[in-house]
Amino acid sequence: MRTLEFLASRLGKAVLVVIGVVVLNFLLIQLAPGDPAAVLAGEAGAGDELYLAQLREQFGLDRPLHVQLLSYLGNVLSGDLGYSYRNQVPVLELIADRLPATLLLTGSAFVFSLVLGVLLGILAASRRGTAADTVIMTGALVFYATPLFWIALMAVLVFSIYLPWLPPFDMETIGAGYTGWRRALDIAHHLVLPTVTLGLFFTATYARITRASMLEVMSLDFVKTARAKGVQQGRIIRRHVLRNAILPVFTLASVQAGQLVGGAVLTETVFAWPGIGRLMFDALFQRDYPVLLGVFLVTAIMVVLVNLAADLLYRIVDPRIETAA
Amino acid sequence: MSFLRLFARNKGAVIGLVILGTVVAIAAAAPLLYPEDPWRSVGRPLLPPFENLRFPLGTDMLGRDIAAGIAHGARVSLLIGLVSTSVAVLIGVGLGAVAGFLGGRLDDLLMRFTEFFQTIPAFAMAILLVAIFTPSIASIILAIAVVSWPPVARLVRGEFLTLRSREFVQAAVVIGQSGPRIMFSQILPNAMSPIIVAGSLMVATAILTESSLSFLGLGDRNMMSWGFMIGAARTMLRDAWWMSVFPGLAILLTVLAINLVGEGLNDAMNPHLRGRRA
Repeated sequence: MRTLEFLASRLGKAVLVVIGVVVLNFLLIQLAPGDPAAVLAGEAGAGDELYLAQLREQFGLDRPLHVQLLSYLGNVLSGDLGYSYRNQVPVLELIADRLPATLLLTGSAFVFSLVLGVLLGILAASRRGTAADTVIMTGALVFYATPLFWIALMAVLVFSIYLPWLPPFDMETIGAGYTGWRRALDIAHHLVLPTVTLGLFFTATYARITRASMLEVMSLDFVKTARAKGVQQGRIIRRHVLRNAILPVFTLASVQAGQLVGGAVLTETVFAWPGIGRLMFDALFQRDYPVLLGVFLVTAIMVVLVNLAADLLYRIVDPRIETAA
Repeated sequence: MSFLRLFARNKGAVIGLVILGTVVAIAAAAPLLYPEDPWRSVGRPLLPPFENLRFPLGTDMLGRDIAAGIAHGARVSLLIGLVSTSVAVLIGVGLGAVAGFLGGRLDDLLMRFTEFFQTIPAFAMAILLVAIFTPSIASIILAIAVVSWPPVARLVRGEFLTLRSREFVQAAVVIGQSGPRIMFSQILPNAMSPIIVAGSLMVATAILTESSLSFLGLGDRNMMSWGFMIGAARTMLRDAWWMSVFPGLAILLTVLAINLVGEGLNDAMNPHLRGRRA
């Protein structure tokens, strides 16, 4: 019963955020310099009077603002994200087509950075003050300050141009016609550079927070007790410290879901990865505003879903966390 | 111990301060060192670095001086970093102070609002804002400020919430000081140090965001910036590595320096927290 209530309240919150983003999109269309119909049509459609008139009709741009807002909300929530005049395709279709590539990239970057970051953080904390600790923390400091798109370019420079090890562009070898396992391997090969470059910034963040959190727990009395009882160091780290120190890392990871998606725009641009980030970049150049607004909404929905999943996971990992938390 | 000695105990912070000082000096001296417009072609295109003393960092495909671009780009990065952070801190302090001091339903409402802005993907939002309001220095500053104020608001709210029940605040209430006066002359000065630390770290993030925006082509067309230089170098990666390497190093060093200084400030201003942060 409790869990059900909890689920309902979190779902309600998630829906409110999504509605909020739709309202925000509506406000941006209204605030944009120029005619809202021209914004909805994108630069490409600006010359076509007939299409503009049709848009004005469809969105009721001559009616009062609150009526417009309601009809916009109704449209978007029923799955109509507008029409990309430039691509001659509904926006939803464009995004649905590109979404799997982005999910693959952000998902693998997330797993990569979480696993590597936590491992490095544990290593640094358990060897505090040694050379290993210094090297890991200096590395984290540097990658924390490096622009993502620049790491991506440097990775291409080193691993694709000077050392021809990894493919610099696209998601698979164009025209190779691979199928089944061969194709999966090909995609994995193309996935390495984008994943690592997108993941390194977050690896740095997770390593720092894991180390800090571990050190904090290591100073607590129960760890001293365990040590006094003669429990081995490795077991203390694994069973006593890590279990208590890992929660802040998960909190941060779920909060940063949005940043990961934002980073994907840059990574996909550099690697010509056919996801929604790349779609957003192309839409920028074509001034295809419906696509921009649509991608923004979809990324917000992705973040909300990740946060929802994290909240539910919390309940399992740490049953003390209540709805109010 | 004095503030300066506390700060100087952190070696990284001193190194950061030296690097940052150098970047500020280069930014200030850019019009003297490179009086020419950094957009103008001044030499042979695609000149490699360290060959011609006039162009120590080489030239790009249009014969523009990379070193001049970096010097002028420093002005843009620092300007946007500082101004957008100031705007974000103003918004954050305003909302956080009201929420924490008044409490109740208004606090609830403001915190929901803050949470909303913290949830939505910041960089995608910044892209959208700059694209819709057309790229200019004002729209870039606005976009970065809009996506970066929420953490400040939460921090300030927390400080106000704990400070408002302290005795010196009660005393101010008893002698009849007005609400705004208590907020800004009694509580705010006591909440300054975490705000300064958070603000200094935000400048680094703002510089990264600005460079990412201009990398995507959303920079101010009239101002040379590091992100734009790297964006322009993207297609030349195979032929001219120096075009993207040097501006990237400039961003890396500047952001690293600001982070180091921010951590040094944290150690010096909140000595009781030392060692808690990574």
